[in-house]
Amino acid sequence: MNNDLSIILTASLVSASCALLGCFLILRKMAMVGDAISHAVLPGIVIAFLVSGSRDSVTMLLGAGIIGMFTTFLIEFFHKKARLQTDASIGVTFTWLFAIGVVLISLFAGKVDLDQDCVLYGEIAYVPLDVIITQGGINLGPKALYVSGIILIVNLLFIFLAYRKLFLTTFDPAFASAIGISTALWHYAIMGAVSMTTVASFESVGAILVVALLIAPAATAYLITDNFKMMLALACLFGVLSSIGGYYLAVWLDGSIAGAIATISGLLFGLVMILSPTHGLFFKKIKAVAH
Amino acid sequence: MNALLEFLSFSDPNIRYVAFGSVLLTASSAIVGAFTFLNKKSLVGDAIAHAVLPGICLGFIMAGTKNPVALIAGAFITGWISLVLVEFITSKTRIKEDTAIGLILSVFFGIGILMLTVIQKSGNASQSGLDHFLFGKAASLVGSDLITFSIVAVILLVIVFALFKEFSLLAFDKDYARSIGLPVKRIELVLTSLIVLAVVIGIQAVGVVLMAAILITPAAAARFWTDKISVMFLLASLFGAFSGLSGAFISYTAPSMPTGPWIVIVISTLAFISFFFAPNRGIIGRFIRQSRIRKTINDENVLKILYQLGEENRNFFIQRLPDEIIRRRFYDKRALVTILKRLARQGYIERTRNLWGLTEEGKSRAQRVVKIHRLWELYLTTYMHIAPDHVHEDAETIEHLLTPELEERLEQQLGYPKVDPHKSEIPYGNT
Repeated sequence: MNNDLSIILTASLVSASCALLGCFLILRKMAMVGDAISHAVLPGIVIAFLVSGSRDSVTMLLGAGIIGMFTTFLIEFFHKKARLQTDASIGVTFTWLFAIGVVLISLFAGKVDLDQDCVLYGEIAYVPLDVIITQGGINLGPKALYVSGIILIVNLLFIFLAYRKLFLTTFDPAFASAIGISTALWHYAIMGAVSMTTVASFESVGAILVVALLIAPAATAYLITDNFKMMLALACLFGVLSSIGGYYLAVWLDGSIAGAIATISGLLFGLVMILSPTHGLFFKKIKAVAH
Repeated sequence: MNALLEFLSFSDPNIRYVAFGSVLLTASSAIVGAFTFLNKKSLVGDAIAHAVLPGICLGFIMAGTKNPVALIAGAFITGWISLVLVEFITSKTRIKEDTAIGLILSVFFGIGILMLTVIQKSGNASQSGLDHFLFGKAASLVGSDLITFSIVAVILLVIVFALFKEFSLLAFDKDYARSIGLPVKRIELVLTSLIVLAVVIGIQAVGVVLMAAILITPAAAARFWTDKISVMFLLASLFGAFSGLSGAFISYTAPSMPTGPWIVIVISTLAFISFFFAPNRGIIGRFIRQSRIRKTINDENVLKILYQLGEENRNFFIQRLPDEIIRRRFYDKRALVTILKRLARQGYIERTRNLWGLTEEGKSRAQRVVKIHRLWELYLTTYMHIAPDHVHEDAETIEHLLTPELEERLEQQLGYPKVDPHKSEIPYGNT
């Protein structure tokens, strides 16, 4: 498979996963918790790496999933038990975990095949180099492509199977708990999914730019439609568009691909914010003038 | 250990620079950050911190060197733009504030990373060290940099000191500030500029990513030890300074270590200690206090039931089976016996095998609870005009909390009434 295509495909799969979960995050007003999780999984990744000795393992996903839930729990814990205001609770928790992660990387620099730059903006440019080759010597294509594909399928299945419960707990938590759906359970389920997706996307886009993929496409879609299914679809579309646009921008400028993807996703948001036919500022203005 | 002594002796001028610089940076960030904490805008600090990265790159591209003034100017501009955008998106579209913050933070950071990588590949030799802004490197503070950043830090401190009253008022009661004619918008503008400035110089020590921690964590930790704002600011700056000094020390002994994360780990540890162990607001103190109150309430409720049972047969000292108490108010039997045993140990209850009855002390304590309960019901119906069937719940809570002073005032105000709204007798003294 050609290099450009495999990078764009991987980025698109990752951003579609993130965009889907991002829709839930922003509607639940949990965008910053998503941000916190994406930083906080770092120590989980490093520890899983040290334990299992390799990057591609279920241990890594599990380790990060646990840390992600732990982060969510800790934020709630400080908020409820120590009465720390939510914003400070988020800020204190994730910076602490992220700092531990960075220190662990420095301490085990020889043993861990991760570096600080990779943490920040990933190494999607190297995706085509790490390929799966069968025993017969057939090149099956880049490994990251499979990982991000599987994660997307898992996320799609999760949303498809639990759609009604996720939908209700997002839009009407009071009603959901009245008919016996546990809001806490689905809250943690979504956070678990966010953690897993973050980890899987980590190598390609890094900890901080995952946040851009989680939030920007979903926020952009939110400015166009009031229909939730439509929002999910549009968010995926914007994620994929950002990936394609970002790749070519990065090639043109010879810079970080992940950085460029985030840049494009921000640009798309800006464009839609102004030009969206439903919630755009431009049309709102025209309507206001017409009245 | 030797390294620590050598470090603390400050004999090497380089160490002096670095230690002094990082203490100044972290302490001033902590002080300015305390206002973001009090304004509940902690994450805005995070957004600014990420958003200064493209500004730093821009400043570098413009100046062609790592000229601190150019870098600060660039950072200042993009930091401000990010804030304005967050505000704009929140007020003009239906996007909520947290989403806007996350969006601006990550997109600006993405732009910054893109510019940084482009600069790194441009072959300009003076760019090396620009990436120290990501994770901070206190040890790279030397000479002229230090002077620039110290000046900024001093300016920050002077302005905070001069406008301390105004800033605090804004944090606690913006409406009041407006009503007494303070230029709220302008003061907010100054405060925001200070935050941007603090971020711009603070990232020297901890880096862009973890900057939020030295802004808010010292304040969050300090908040747990005091309710006085001046003490809180003092503590926050001390916590900040301590973590800065530790960071400088680590930077000195292990040059390959990024300073920022270590500073954050030190300050977070201080914060966690505060969250758990601070005497009044800490989790453990709170837990102990709550369980003590719960015990008092349980004890007094059991005494009260024995008293009320006693009222029915006009003899308060009859000993009864636990089941009789449970018939009045549901308790788990084993829990009830635990309470009864505790009361017996304290001398409020006398026990004959499985029969329990009030002692003289028990009776007077129970009587006080019953009296307050009935007085309070009467107070609520006469003064608050609440219907007699709505006052019980409230009295049920207040009966355990009212102080003797308030009890006396209540009696005087009501004129030592005989009966409560439900025609139950209100017992006084040794009747």
